[in-house]
Amino acid sequence: MTTDATMLELREVDKSFGGLRVIADLDLIVKEHEIVSVIGPNGAGKTTLFNLITGIYRPDSGEIQLDGRNLVGLSPHKITELGIARTFQTLRLFLNMTVKENVMAAQYGHTKVGLLRSMVRTPAARREEKEIHHLAEEKLSFFGDRLMGYRWDQFAYSLSYANRRRLEIARAMATEARILLLDEPAAGMNPSETHEITELIGTLRDVGGYTILVIEHDMHVVEGISDRVVALDHGVKIAEGSFEAVATDPRVVEAYLGLRRTETK
Amino acid sequence: MEQSPDTPRIGVDEWVASVEGKRERYTGLRGAVFRNWDRLPPAARVLVFAVPAAIFPFLTSQGNVFRYGLFTLVYALLALGLNIVVGFAGLLDLGYVAFFGTGAYLYAILASPQFGNHWQAEAAIPVVVIATAVVGLLVGLPSRRLLGDYLAILTLFFGQAFVVFVNNANRINFPFFGHVDLTGGSNGIANIDPFNFFGYKIDSTMKQYFLLLIAVSLLLILLMFVNESRTGRAWRALREDPLAAEVMSIPVNRLKLLAFVCGAAVAGLTGAIYGTIATAALPGDYDVGLLITIYAIMILGGFGSIMGIVVGAVIVSSVPELLRSSANARPLFYGAILVALVVKVRPWRLLAAEFGALVALGFGIHGIASAAYPRLVQGESIGSGAIPRALDHWMLYPRDAVKIADLAYIVLIAAIVVYPQLGRLWRAILLPPLLYLIMFVWENLLLLHIGGATRLILLGALLVALMNVRPQGLFGTATVEIV
Repeated sequence: MTTDATMLELREVDKSFGGLRVIADLDLIVKEHEIVSVIGPNGAGKTTLFNLITGIYRPDSGEIQLDGRNLVGLSPHKITELGIARTFQTLRLFLNMTVKENVMAAQYGHTKVGLLRSMVRTPAARREEKEIHHLAEEKLSFFGDRLMGYRWDQFAYSLSYANRRRLEIARAMATEARILLLDEPAAGMNPSETHEITELIGTLRDVGGYTILVIEHDMHVVEGISDRVVALDHGVKIAEGSFEAVATDPRVVEAYLGLRRTETK
Repeated sequence: MEQSPDTPRIGVDEWVASVEGKRERYTGLRGAVFRNWDRLPPAARVLVFAVPAAIFPFLTSQGNVFRYGLFTLVYALLALGLNIVVGFAGLLDLGYVAFFGTGAYLYAILASPQFGNHWQAEAAIPVVVIATAVVGLLVGLPSRRLLGDYLAILTLFFGQAFVVFVNNANRINFPFFGHVDLTGGSNGIANIDPFNFFGYKIDSTMKQYFLLLIAVSLLLILLMFVNESRTGRAWRALREDPLAAEVMSIPVNRLKLLAFVCGAAVAGLTGAIYGTIATAALPGDYDVGLLITIYAIMILGGFGSIMGIVVGAVIVSSVPELLRSSANARPLFYGAILVALVVKVRPWRLLAAEFGALVALGFGIHGIASAAYPRLVQGESIGSGAIPRALDHWMLYPRDAVKIADLAYIVLIAAIVVYPQLGRLWRAILLPPLLYLIMFVWENLLLLHIGGATRLILLGALLVALMNVRPQGLFGTATVEIV
């Protein structure tokens, strides 16, 4: 499934807030069509890692490259245009816009028609508008009937929690990104919804052709989807490899459960 | 992924179910109106406003066209421009009126005896619009990284600085040019030329009205197109969540600047038009008072709602004018109270009982007063006709009303503060006396000052009441912050 082409590469990335070093000398490689999970206890620096990749934070040192192209210093919208889109752990939808508008708004980067042309609706503007509608419907149809039909015209705030998570993924897909960064896509979902999201992530890769970097706490999800797992603790990569290898790594167990009493003596 | 049909569908929680229920309730007449309005193309929606507006000047006098028509349309243009900045992009711009003033002063400089320039309109208008847009860009550049309150303070500063500048720019010493009277100081620039399009002069109220009407209609169509376009969606997205918008490939800072520039351009155009209507550019016209009026229009109509803003402009500019005469004010006031009561007092039996009690209370008080204190009924109500004469037999009109009316006014304010705190029963019992007190103060105090303070008090009360009933404005959609 995975090819050997490296898509995203982080080299010796460092980030501190004041005296707190949240990411320390992190190396990470994501290959094309790979699903990589990032795990680690709360405060391990997982979301900071996403913020660094998407350009919300700028690393203190180190390099971040997409297809060999440097991303450090680019503004977030530029990085998204280059092909990295994310979802938010805390859900940051455009709540007072409709479901379809949320997905349409995210197509700003790869569309062209400017203010003046859309003011007078030139033929080119109409054509592009049609394409935007079409692409939005295509992305929403990825989720079966969850986000279809009358839901298109509902405001995002009226969606259920699980549907809002789905809409965030649809919105990220609409940017025409090739890498999706999913920040806890299964948080707050019931078991059957979690099962569904696990299958969805697989479909995203197999059918959609996306490369996926995912933060997840639910170990069933991580086990179900990951080609590779990276464990972080206090900003340091403590383990990397297959799910079985990482889950049984003593340092990962220690990070989650603490040291055994016999060992602390 | 398929579920068996007997398990509940995932994702359809109670909230969504209730929304579905609400959608189905929009049947009948109301639903038909909503659906058909949504289906109308933008040009047709504008006609709903433009056709009555085009007929209006032929039904009324020149004075009315000037008082109601011109100002309504100027307000509408201004509010539509501000709506781009505040309603679409969510930037709280309190310096907006300065762009309006910039447009008026620039046109005055290009077409008045001040510098002896008399430019044709087809040359002056593009120059004014583009120059004002550039000013908008310059104000926007340092403020584009600011959010919310900080942006508001900075733009408010700009607005005030503009007023100070035009007040004092009559004695600037420029290098090479020496002393130049740029703005006429506190006297402003007088005798501004009317628009002169290729020799056709827009020099009458009627022509100005139709010029404004064309401008508003065109802007309405353009804004409706923009709202449903890539840029419009990006603006709304950044209003909702700037960070998420940025991460979704929307260049937030550039779009903020674009909104600022567009708003400034519209304000500049309106300023030039207003300059020809007022035939003078005066510093006092571009102060905070106008800013508050424009925001009142937007709040009333609903932030971000394009047609709502037109309705808001009509209300805010015409209600204070209508209230100038007591013949208009009385039905408006009683009508508003009646509507509020019909909406708020349920069931209808209670409403009927309250009205019966009010009528009986009036005759009772009048009867007792005329028997015991004749002084209290020796005055008479303002105006002629059947209703004022009927009121003479029901309401108290003291001979020398000033003192007792002032006292009643104070009591009324106290009563209005206390009334909502009471329990249901007491509210029901005390409603007729409260209404009688309101009417007493209205008839004996407020109606006498209708041309002055009263209409502003009433407009303020109208806004407060509306904001309590519909915080999103008449046509706005309710925004939801946290669910």
